[in-house]
Amino acid sequence: MKLQKQSKLTAYNRWGYAFVAPFVIVFAIFSIYPVLRTLYLSFTDLKILGKGNWIWFDNYKRVLTDKFFWRALGNTLRIWSVNIVLQLGLAFLLVIIFSDVKYKMRGLPVFRILYYLPNLIAATSIAFLFNTLLDWRYGTFNILLNSIYKLFGATYNPIDWIGSGKTAPYTLAVIQSWMWFGNSFLMLMASVQGINREYFEAAAIDGANRWTTFGRITLPLIRPIMMYVAITSLIGGLQMFDLPFLMVSQSGAAYRDVQTVMMYLYRFGFTTGSTQTGYASAVAYCLFLIILSVSIVQYKFFNKER
Amino acid sequence: MVGYRIKKGLLYAFLVLLAAACLFPFLLMMVNATRSGVEITRGFTLIPGSSLKDNMTQVFNYFNPFLGIRNSIIVAVPATLLCAYFSTLTAYGLGFYKFHGNKFIFFMILMFMMIPGQLSLIGFYNLCSKLHLVNSYIPLIVPSIASAGTVFFLRQYIISSMPPALIEAARMEGASEFYIFNRIVLPISKPAVATMGIMAFIGNWNNYLLPMILITKNEKMTLPVMMATLRSSTDIQRNQGAIYLAVAISVIPILLVFACFSKYIISSVTAGAVKE
Repeated sequence: MKLQKQSKLTAYNRWGYAFVAPFVIVFAIFSIYPVLRTLYLSFTDLKILGKGNWIWFDNYKRVLTDKFFWRALGNTLRIWSVNIVLQLGLAFLLVIIFSDVKYKMRGLPVFRILYYLPNLIAATSIAFLFNTLLDWRYGTFNILLNSIYKLFGATYNPIDWIGSGKTAPYTLAVIQSWMWFGNSFLMLMASVQGINREYFEAAAIDGANRWTTFGRITLPLIRPIMMYVAITSLIGGLQMFDLPFLMVSQSGAAYRDVQTVMMYLYRFGFTTGSTQTGYASAVAYCLFLIILSVSIVQYKFFNKER
Repeated sequence: MVGYRIKKGLLYAFLVLLAAACLFPFLLMMVNATRSGVEITRGFTLIPGSSLKDNMTQVFNYFNPFLGIRNSIIVAVPATLLCAYFSTLTAYGLGFYKFHGNKFIFFMILMFMMIPGQLSLIGFYNLCSKLHLVNSYIPLIVPSIASAGTVFFLRQYIISSMPPALIEAARMEGASEFYIFNRIVLPISKPAVATMGIMAFIGNWNNYLLPMILITKNEKMTLPVMMATLRSSTDIQRNQGAIYLAVAISVIPILLVFACFSKYIISSVTAGAVKE
């Protein structure tokens, strides 16, 4: 009797294979294979089609000695660091406001929807919207600023927000933060709301003031989520592509100041006529190693502080 | 007490101002889409103009946005459905069946959730060109069957919300395993599947880099790729209104989805935060 039950158990468990089979097949073809294929290609001198020669680490040497790669990395980090300070700062400020025990702000369900909205719109649409709004001669933004200056009797010297290399990285960082602060806020706020009410009540009974409550209860409890938000933002930020690629033209003056690592990779991987597939693959793996090491450092840093 | 009120008022003013900053660019977009390029350059206003029709003609001179919307639907809808169905199936298979390799598959899923997408980009393109899938929608649709993040989330959800007794009971009644999945597991997981599905739809709809690399034929371009062709054919001085209109057309479908499903969207963003 028992034996029969045993065989029945394995019989239905066999269905597990059938249920995960489609996933496993597609995953192997479209996820695992491309990652390994990129690794293989990074050791060859493949241009676009046909067979490349195995050249060991030559591509990697070239990446690490190309000053344009380092400049692209510097550009990416500059845009990202300005972006993350603004984005997390704003999200954090909102968390402080909405979790304040004294003011008890209302309207969170409505506000969080509005703050999240920019995150849903396609980067292409955002890029063209802001490109048009921020055009230095004809854009509505400068026209608006001009009329505000006029109101106070001053003259406004139009700023070329995305055309000049001095301002373009920061403009992109602000737009990026505008797109993402709602996302960070939602994550942080959700974890605050997940904190057991009793902690706050106990703190109130003990006579803790708002800032002590925030510093001693809220902050430590949302630290894991903060780390998660910071790491995902870094991974996303280092792969920044859409906005700078679409907003700054390759012939423009600002291009050298906004070209990100992904744009650098794209240039070698997909430009018609001058494609260098092997080299672009090595760029991809270098970027991955950078992301990996920074994530590990970030993880260690957050864990140590605890 | 008065100080308290004033401070609270100021905090609300800040919150409203920030909300306005999120909406203002879209409002300007809508207004400017109805004004002519000359009007927009001449001055700032929030009163709609009368050039909507002219701008529309101009947009159609660049491209047919409705063709882009159609192509985007052809890609995003099947991709979303495949993602929703097969992710749930995989999640259930991993969560409720004991078989060899189960743990390994789960480990791979965790690993690939942490690997950035750019790592596979070149290999993916290389694979597609070898299989003659450039300018085909297959590489944009089929990979949705294996969405690691969605499977991970649904697995947690199904394990915590699916009563094993219910499945046992159905087995006793002689229901087949596949029947149990379709008739019991899928309906019970619906809230989580809907949440993930909407996010998958938005992600597919907004996807730019991959379709841009894979689709080169004008008539097959999805909306974001089509939008990006504006770059070269833009004469901002004369046709600014038309650019705003094109952007507006691309934004409106997502705004509609958002208006209908904001509850699911918000819960999907926060899902990760609460679970951990």
